[in-house]
Amino acid sequence: MLLEIEDVSLLYGRIQALHGISLTVAEGEIVALIGANGAGKSTTMRAISGIRPIATGSIRFEGEDISKLRADLRVRRGLCQAPEGRGIFPGMSVLENLDMGAYTRRDRAGIAEDLARVLDLFPRLAERRKQAGGTLSGGEQQMLAVGRALMSRPKLLLLDEPSMGLAPMLIQQIFDIIKEINEQGTTVLLVEQNAQQALARAHRAYVLETGKIVKTGTGAELLHDPAVKEAYLGVA
Amino acid sequence: MTTVLERVRSGREAAGERWRGAPRWVRWALLVAVIAFFYALPNREFYQYLGPIPTPGANFTQVLFTVSIYVLLAVGLNIVVGFAGLLDLGYFGFFAVGAYTVAVLTSPSSNLKTLWPWLLVVPLAIGLTMLSGVMLGTPTLRLRGDYLAIVTLGFAEMIRIAAVSSEFLKGQRGFNQIPHPPGKYADGKPFFGVLDARPYYWLVLTLIILVVIGVRNLTHSRVGRAWISIREDEDAAQLMGVPTFKFKLWAFASGAAIAGLAGALFAGKQNFVNSQNFELLNSIIILAAVIFGGSGNIVGAIVGGGLVAYMIERFRGIELFGVELYEYRFLIFGLVLVVMMIFRPEGLIPNRRRAAEFKDRRKEVIVGE
Repeated sequence: MLLEIEDVSLLYGRIQALHGISLTVAEGEIVALIGANGAGKSTTMRAISGIRPIATGSIRFEGEDISKLRADLRVRRGLCQAPEGRGIFPGMSVLENLDMGAYTRRDRAGIAEDLARVLDLFPRLAERRKQAGGTLSGGEQQMLAVGRALMSRPKLLLLDEPSMGLAPMLIQQIFDIIKEINEQGTTVLLVEQNAQQALARAHRAYVLETGKIVKTGTGAELLHDPAVKEAYLGVA
Repeated sequence: MTTVLERVRSGREAAGERWRGAPRWVRWALLVAVIAFFYALPNREFYQYLGPIPTPGANFTQVLFTVSIYVLLAVGLNIVVGFAGLLDLGYFGFFAVGAYTVAVLTSPSSNLKTLWPWLLVVPLAIGLTMLSGVMLGTPTLRLRGDYLAIVTLGFAEMIRIAAVSSEFLKGQRGFNQIPHPPGKYADGKPFFGVLDARPYYWLVLTLIILVVIGVRNLTHSRVGRAWISIREDEDAAQLMGVPTFKFKLWAFASGAAIAGLAGALFAGKQNFVNSQNFELLNSIIILAAVIFGGSGNIVGAIVGGGLVAYMIERFRGIELFGVELYEYRFLIFGLVLVVMMIFRPEGLIPNRRRAAEFKDRRKEVIVGE
């Protein structure tokens, strides 16, 4: 297993946001985490990337316990998150943003290679390479956030709401690219409100409700699960 | 109103474009000319032709020294506030640590009676301020938000109150006979004397140039990129693998070290240090100078520090309707700042990135409403 999370709970002050979550991600998979607003999806991501400390449980990455490891060291282990709400650097140009993604790396040739690959995946970013990140449109910023995360050449890519606030056309495009990234060999853990799209492409998925995992299965299974359909897919 | 503003703005942008577009040698020549101008400035033979620039109510070379110290402080604070985006409200506290380190170890009125020479104590003063920066930063920089501002504010007050009330630091009586920097003319007269402020000014000017070169190199390196990323989005920086705490501490400590250097220079020039030199207002003035000049931009910090310190002195000796303007200097200064924040919040000479960040933040505010 690439990532194993066991019985993780997390507190925001006195409020318990996660109640003993366990999940696994195997190498080469796309795993989706779906759920309503406030179910704890983004919190789970923050726990994995190390932005928020966990209260109990353990997080193991490639067999190593990283529960207590600082966030920047987790990036060095090969775990990179594209943050929710995009979180790009507004004053840096597109290229500088992408360069920040490779902050932990020193191999120039490899970085140049990955830059070419990212610009190939996102031709829009290539067009705007000199433009300041803050002046990009929402969709472009989202692409930049994903591209930047790829620049660290992660073993596991964490995507927090990649489709948030995007037009339907762009959502389609972003998910196609995620699929492509996965086929090129990067494992993906994906948090989404857009359950339809996420389940259609994920190998496996977990359903999160008020900080607990209530259901799990393959993407296709959950897509046809009546309870999931009713709660998340808007089909009665 | 807006058209005038627009015209000023486009004029400045054109000037910036022309600067960036100019050939290398033109830029170097201009830079050399500016530096030569500032080296020549304290000579009476030179400045008497400059019309209203010299200060009527005060010794101009003395004023220049004060201004140069403020510029050095602004350059140092700019690392903390401008590059790493950490709000430090007690920067003058580090200046005090530097000045008092020199005073305690060199002055005959100190209880220690070490009487070390000035030059020996300078590196010590810098080291000690850096250490105090690390000690202050280690617990507070782990936290986000306004904690640092409050803690630094408290730190500067702590230093001041210790200076006022502790027997060891001599309060108002202060330390006298702090030795000057070493150096003699050929005829045996000391280079750094009591009457002439020019050598001190030249010394500070030279150090400013060295510090600026150092800071510039630093900001163009991985360290600088890390600082900027922290300022722009700390969470995202961490998610990119930047050890944010370490780099914040670095920025904070290097800023403190520069303030310590300024304090040591000040003590060596003044010959006398007491508790009245370190009012809280000074910290605010330097912060205002950095923001006024354009935080995140070294040239902006220099211009801001220079202008603010100079303007305050320039009011001396001017009477308007029977009112001594100097008495109202901080009122005027405050008004200028308010107007500035309304029309040009990014400062006189903003950093290009910084301007984009401001736009981005304004957009967020609008979305948030």
